[in-house]
Amino acid sequence: MTDINAADANAYHAAAPEAEFRDYVALLKPRVMSLVVFTAFVGLWIAPVDVHPFLAFCAVLFIALGGGASGALNMWYDADIDAVMKRTQLRPIPSGRVEPGEALAVGLALSGLAVMMLGLVANWFAAAFLAFTIFFYAVVYTMWLKRWTPQNIVIGGAAGAFPPMIGWACATGGISIESLLMFALIFFWTPPHFWALALFMKDDYKDAGVPMLTVTHGRAVTRRHIFAYTLVLAGFSIWLGLTSVGGPVYLAVALVLNAAFIRGGWQVLRREEGAARADGFATEKRVFRLSLSYLFLHFLALLIQNWMGTW
Amino acid sequence: MVMQLQTEHELHGRRRSRNVGLGIVLIAFVALVFALTVVKVTQGHLLEAYDHQPRTTLLPMEPEAAAPAAEAAR
Repeated sequence: MTDINAADANAYHAAAPEAEFRDYVALLKPRVMSLVVFTAFVGLWIAPVDVHPFLAFCAVLFIALGGGASGALNMWYDADIDAVMKRTQLRPIPSGRVEPGEALAVGLALSGLAVMMLGLVANWFAAAFLAFTIFFYAVVYTMWLKRWTPQNIVIGGAAGAFPPMIGWACATGGISIESLLMFALIFFWTPPHFWALALFMKDDYKDAGVPMLTVTHGRAVTRRHIFAYTLVLAGFSIWLGLTSVGGPVYLAVALVLNAAFIRGGWQVLRREEGAARADGFATEKRVFRLSLSYLFLHFLALLIQNWMGTW
Repeated sequence: MVMQLQTEHELHGRRRSRNVGLGIVLIAFVALVFALTVVKVTQGHLLEAYDHQPRTTLLPMEPEAAAPAAEAAR
């Protein structure tokens, strides 16, 4: 007969730790979800059709849940890469707290639930759009582009850019130039944002074998791409300000933010690799932080402009 | 032979956190669906579910449109 004691139990559970509830929440990538929530909310709120506040809340909730579900599917498929990269080693699957099969089940179940509920809350066009977004992120980006092409971030960025269009579709039942420009704003913002990150997380992607631009084409090319994208991005940002959702406040905010982001992109472009290493990639880190504020403040400005009255 | 079983292991805390978390999520979901039903029934009675367009057969008739209709009925 075997004695069971506390030491044995501790040793067993240290080898196979069980998940807490927060580990399942972590599967849904809450930080990415916050971007989805905010941009979807703005898209829904500034649309020219009134939506009952509770229905708007539910719509944003289920868009966020769909985004979270695609995050769980991403973590399921990318568990091997996540185990190699320092930034992602503590995620629930590589750390052994959640089984890959559990993450897949959570991702699929929540995807179905989110799409069905969004269809019931808002309309089936928005629900189909959400289903396509989940498919795009989980299959097109995660399974196909991410490990195959250095353009992974560029094309895959579309998945993160769809939420304001889905929010707009919840209210209007369709798409328009305004929602397309909100999409373009996030779509062209994503590459410089992630490439700035890749410049200072330099070995992570290389070790994991992910063909980031820094790995396949070198750091100088990445710096040129960052600057070029800040210029293209500025065009779409200003164009959005000239549509029916724009106005003087948004336009002023957009001009200031784009001037700062282009300046940051220029500084990244002009940096010598040695100087960047010497100061611990201070400029690259600053541009990365600026990119976070850039997107948040653009959508906040849209919200404020809507409250103050548009053109 | 003494069999030592720890009554409260860290594992139990993890399981409790999962159970309580799932319980709260399920209760919140039920409440949300109920509230959604109330809002849909009270606010959305003129809307068709599939595309949220006004249901013309349920909209009140415009006075101009009502007059010829009444004329025709006579």
